[in-house]
Amino acid sequence: MNTRLLIVVLVSIFFLIVDHKSSRLDTVRSGLSFFSYPVQKLVSFPSVIKDTLVSIKSYSALKKENALLKEKQVIDRVRLLKFAALENENIRLKGLLGNSFELGEQILSAELLSVNLVPYEHVVVINKGSKFGVHAKQPAIDANGIVGQVLRSMPLNSEVMLITDPNHALPVQVNRNGLRTIAVGSGKLDRLKLPFLPNNADILPGDLLVTSGLGGVFPQGYPVAVVDNFIMQPDKPFANIYATPKAKLDRIRELLVVWSDSTPVPLAFPDEVEAKGTKNDKKENE
Amino acid sequence: MNKSQALKGYFVSIFFAMGLNIFSLPVFFRDYNPDWVLLTLIYWVLAVPEKVGVFNAWGVGLIVDVLTGRLLGQHALAYSLTAFSCLKLHKRLGQYLLRQQSLFISSSLLLSKMIEFMIEDFKGDAQLTVVFLLPVIVGTFFWPVIYTTLRFFRSIR
Repeated sequence: MNTRLLIVVLVSIFFLIVDHKSSRLDTVRSGLSFFSYPVQKLVSFPSVIKDTLVSIKSYSALKKENALLKEKQVIDRVRLLKFAALENENIRLKGLLGNSFELGEQILSAELLSVNLVPYEHVVVINKGSKFGVHAKQPAIDANGIVGQVLRSMPLNSEVMLITDPNHALPVQVNRNGLRTIAVGSGKLDRLKLPFLPNNADILPGDLLVTSGLGGVFPQGYPVAVVDNFIMQPDKPFANIYATPKAKLDRIRELLVVWSDSTPVPLAFPDEVEAKGTKNDKKENE
Repeated sequence: MNKSQALKGYFVSIFFAMGLNIFSLPVFFRDYNPDWVLLTLIYWVLAVPEKVGVFNAWGVGLIVDVLTGRLLGQHALAYSLTAFSCLKLHKRLGQYLLRQQSLFISSSLLLSKMIEFMIEDFKGDAQLTVVFLLPVIVGTFFWPVIYTTLRFFRSIR
């Protein structure tokens, strides 16, 4: 029994060090995740039942909802038409300036499993993993803004760190004037801190923060948060600035995983993307 | 009751305990959620010490590591050390009353939590607050519940 303990302790310490310093144990982790995945499925089962019950509504309510959604879709489409025109114009202008323009990103919709890993970290589990091409350091967004980034992907699921996690930092930019800074998670789901701005920084409550694209993880220009509090600290080098995330981090059910860099991904609509690519090349060549 | 049935009960109860460990509770209760897997594991170590031992605890710990996204080996180390101390003392513990056992359980939970804290600290982002120790206190109060429940399920089969 004592030798058993010795073996186990030594192997554990070896695992801990290797896992801390490198990602060589990811295959072991993936293998073990086949045991842990059923547990996660079991735990999120009650919320699945609840969703099904909610979706069994009366005919009239569904009809009403359908009509509303159709109306909304028409409006959104008109808006998108305008955006498409603007995007083309932007590409043309950037081409004139000699800059490159990022193509539209690939996205994949994923659902949150309702599990809670550890109480002091803001990490959620989604139901898409490396089987779908999800990999670490991928941004995750929802309809309102940035949600977080993929921390670790396993075959059937992956872990997403939210932007409000105390260990998360995100390069942002004030949309109004282009001021760049870093937004750090506060440990509260409705709070971000901007700890690295001086007292005389040009930033006001109500300013929209967007991703700056620096750091290479998040694509540029997605909304992140709105500044809601600016407290000067005359005796300290930096001011206390707080912002509220645009994404509703406490009530998201689905999020979108984004491929923005040049890593090879399975194309969702190959023809469309290719057509867009060639069009863009032409514009740039002009 | 034979040994294979005991093992079946072991796997099923550990499976549900893992579920309870990551159950999405309201924010207020989250800090109080005890380590159900460790409590269940201790029960089985005391009940069938010849079947459930250090290696078993280590394997379960590895799965919990993957489940909660910790470094591989964190729970594994904590669980195997706790299982070892229970194995060493299981004969004496069998003689104890339930509330006397609870006292031993609380120190076991504390031991496991401290190992986990040590590793989090080694990773570089841990703070020793009351929040870290709340599950130990809650877990101690849940030991009689776990013990009687699991023994009930073992006796009806």
